[in-house]
Amino acid sequence: MADIVDKNTDTTAEPRERRPLPRWAITTISVACLLIFWEIFGRDINPVFGSYPTALAVAFWEFLLSGELAGALADSLRSFVLGYLLAIVVGIPIGLILGRFRTAEAAFGIYITAGYAMPLVALVPLLMLWLGLGFTVKVSVVFLMALFPICINTWLGVTAVPKTLIEVGKSFVAPDIVILRRIVLPATLPYIMAGIRLAVGRAVVAMVIAEFFTTISGLGAVIINSANNFDTATMFVPIIILMVMAIGLNSLIGFVERKVAPWQAEIAGRDRE
Amino acid sequence: MGQVNFTDVSKRFTLRVDHVVHHVHALDRVNFSVADGEIVALIGPSGCGKTTALRVAMGLDPSTSGRVTVDGHEVHGCGHDRGMVFQHAELLPWLSALQNVMFGLEMKGMRGGELRDTAERYLDLVGLKDSQNRRPHQLSGGMKQRVGIARALAIDPSVLLMDEPFGALDAQTRESLQAELLDIHARTGKTILFVTHDLDEAVLIADRIVVMKQGRVEEIMTVPLARPRGDLGIVRGTAEFAETRYKVWKALHDGAVVAH
Repeated sequence: MADIVDKNTDTTAEPRERRPLPRWAITTISVACLLIFWEIFGRDINPVFGSYPTALAVAFWEFLLSGELAGALADSLRSFVLGYLLAIVVGIPIGLILGRFRTAEAAFGIYITAGYAMPLVALVPLLMLWLGLGFTVKVSVVFLMALFPICINTWLGVTAVPKTLIEVGKSFVAPDIVILRRIVLPATLPYIMAGIRLAVGRAVVAMVIAEFFTTISGLGAVIINSANNFDTATMFVPIIILMVMAIGLNSLIGFVERKVAPWQAEIAGRDRE
Repeated sequence: MGQVNFTDVSKRFTLRVDHVVHHVHALDRVNFSVADGEIVALIGPSGCGKTTALRVAMGLDPSTSGRVTVDGHEVHGCGHDRGMVFQHAELLPWLSALQNVMFGLEMKGMRGGELRDTAERYLDLVGLKDSQNRRPHQLSGGMKQRVGIARALAIDPSVLLMDEPFGALDAQTRESLQAELLDIHARTGKTILFVTHDLDEAVLIADRIVVMKQGRVEEIMTVPLARPRGDLGIVRGTAEFAETRYKVWKALHDGAVVAH
């Protein structure tokens, strides 16, 4: 009897499932490999033309201690956050309306499509004439760059909502505004979140461009000033910070998405990770 | 109350296929009625206009001419006097089973504790009390359609309109839902107009069968099976079932009903 029991426990333990590496581990290994590679080969390059991780770390530390970094970062983030949030608040309703109402789509859709492709960099000097050199112009550059991907994605998402779901609303005599808020909006959320993600990258670029062109300030100023002094290591510091910030924001948005639209991950079968 | 009348209902639309304009008569002077508490099946080959007729009755599509009345009121758009059960249930994927039922009730203006109680009662009626917190993707096809039925019944419409409600289900699930529908009908006494392409289903469930072909009503037949029908498996074995099924089959195939 005892033998059988032993055997049973053995057989259940036998086919040990090999657990695949978790995502974060794969990402960490990837980043570590890149850093090692960069460190080895980066040292052979003239420090004016390139840099390497340990030199960057030293530059980062000195920069942090001087207190300049915190000031520049705060300066940049203020205009970034305000412009980006404004783009979300304005972009989503516009996209919803364009997708839902034919007349609005026919009348204003082309401006959104055109605006998405607009070479905004070329318009910055004009914006400076209108709005001056300060905070306002930076916010509006970020806003304009982030607005269109959010708007277009929302618009696209609304047109992809299954007609039958809207008919469910109609058949229960839901008013248009209720259909928009309780059926179209949730059905469009995955598209909206994708738009918000795409906008992160564009908003970061917009922020740096605005800082180059207007009052030289914030992280953009650090990039320009250190480049002018051939201090390549310091120049990389804000660039890396911005990239890390974008990655962080991206995962924050992913987290928010799982909170506000949990059914989406469940339907796609990605909820186990 | 729950009486539906189709009077000379026509629906035409134009269809452009490869630059050739086709005029389609989806419905061509359709006349029939559904009495209070009656179950009527609309049957016919695909494209015969049966779903269009149902959608016109629901108010989702307007008719070109003629009129549909429900309890004497002409149909203009959707109303709470009609409850629609969709072909693929069409539950809102972000809401739980209970919230889906509550959605219909909220649109009717119900609020507070009454709202939840009513929704729970109707989920219980379709046997899903224990699954009320599941989201649609956590429900099987049959369970989804039960929620769809509960959602439509909960607003207490005078007529239940069903568009091939069991068409997408496997044979066993379909049979148990057919039996349950008859059970629900016996308990609520609702008038039911449903679309199907399944001969057996039409005969098993309906009191009368409206056979449609190319937008026209070909034949209206009475099913000579008493209510309650009890075990549908046994009903399938009766001579009346076989005979009625054959008559409907005949009507669908050549329009001529063999004389008896």
